[in-house]
Amino acid sequence: MIVARKLTKQADDKFILRGIDLEINKGETVAILGPNGAGKSTLLKVLATLIKPTSGLVSIKGLEMKKSQHEIRKLLGYLPHSSFLYDHFTPLENLVFYGAAYGMDHIEEKAVSLISSVGLSFFLNEPVKNFSRGMVQRVAIARAIIHDPEVLLLDEPHTGLDQGAADTLNSVILTMKEKGTTTLMVTHDFKQAAEICERAVVIKNGKLIANFCLNGKDVNFLHSKYTELVEGGAS
Amino acid sequence: MSGFFKNAFLIAKKDLYSELRTRQVLGTMIIFSGLVILVFSFAFDPAQNTTKAVIPGVIWVIIVFSGILGLNRSFISEQRNDTMQALLISPMDPSSIYFGKLLANFTMILIVELVSVPFLFLLFDFHSIGSVGYFLLVLFLGSFGFISIGTFLAALAANSKSSEMLLPLLLFPVTSPILIGAVQATKIILSNIEKLPDAVAWMQLIGAYDVIFFVLCLILVEYVMEV
Repeated sequence: MIVARKLTKQADDKFILRGIDLEINKGETVAILGPNGAGKSTLLKVLATLIKPTSGLVSIKGLEMKKSQHEIRKLLGYLPHSSFLYDHFTPLENLVFYGAAYGMDHIEEKAVSLISSVGLSFFLNEPVKNFSRGMVQRVAIARAIIHDPEVLLLDEPHTGLDQGAADTLNSVILTMKEKGTTTLMVTHDFKQAAEICERAVVIKNGKLIANFCLNGKDVNFLHSKYTELVEGGAS
Repeated sequence: MSGFFKNAFLIAKKDLYSELRTRQVLGTMIIFSGLVILVFSFAFDPAQNTTKAVIPGVIWVIIVFSGILGLNRSFISEQRNDTMQALLISPMDPSSIYFGKLLANFTMILIVELVSVPFLFLLFDFHSIGSVGYFLLVLFLGSFGFISIGTFLAALAANSKSSEMLLPLLLFPVTSPILIGAVQATKIILSNIEKLPDAVAWMQLIGAYDVIFFVLCLILVEYVMEV
């Protein structure tokens, strides 16, 4: 579903990504782990078509990014650190706007059902500016999936969520997975990664240093593996 | 092509609805234009005939400076929560985003004109427009050119830390042919209608400038909006 070959990204004199090779199958949920400044979010931004790679090739669902950016954008749902929400709009207005931007039909029904699935049905017509960080994140999750994307790119999605909201997010990701959605999730939350991801890749200094299966493994395995790879001096 | 207009109208509708909700820009633009008119009405005696000569200039001072207030906010407002990035990763074409923003800005400046020009005529006791049709046409052409270039430059300046200073610096030199033409044409239409062919020539110049720069902006906006 997602293929990246020899992906590099240079900003000024610094290489943020140094030849990333990555292959993710359809329907997989993959965690991207790594220390701060490793290039995880940059990789996600490149895959989300937000920034252009310096060199290398990216293809999503067989579509090459350089040639088919417009088609690829329809497939992607991206949840970055920012909420991408208009503060003075209500969750419903935000979702209806983004649904329309993706050319969706019956947007309002879909928006109402999504807002209720993230547990905010009582705040449907309340401006987002009055929401707490966790509530904003819930609306942001709904925004990212309003158009039923085939690929979901999540950048630290559990940040600021309480346990209930984190469970809601996990159930949204698992429901999307049942529909065949491929999910890439940058995270520092090993517990959530072990709970919902089948595979983990570790990035350090812009290089992919490990790619391993998580099926049947618990958080302790992930923690010790990460410590060994990142703090054990692998590069 | 229908997708282009659909997306542009979606952006324009969103911006205008947002303005309706926040009332941040339009109110400021109208208050500013009211202040300009008030100051000029005290500075020049409306009873004197020579005062009529400053009216075309005052009209375009209002359009230019209140227009800049709106243009500055147009793209900066999309920086909060990085909503510009959300628009860029959506399947919307950058040129349709630009066109949508242009439509919203143009609607707002038309509202300002609709309020301020009659107020100006009232305070200056001016009621002898040579040709209302041509007057409206020159307002339309001049405002469209100014706003279309301004929206493009606002997108360019939005990435700069001092965008509010940068926009006027970029905008005035590029739009000066439009402003010169618009003031000249307005002057002829308001006070010397016998020279209408001269006004038409100025309007043709503005029209040509509008078309060339509008097409250029549509083509180049993709590179300007890159993150």
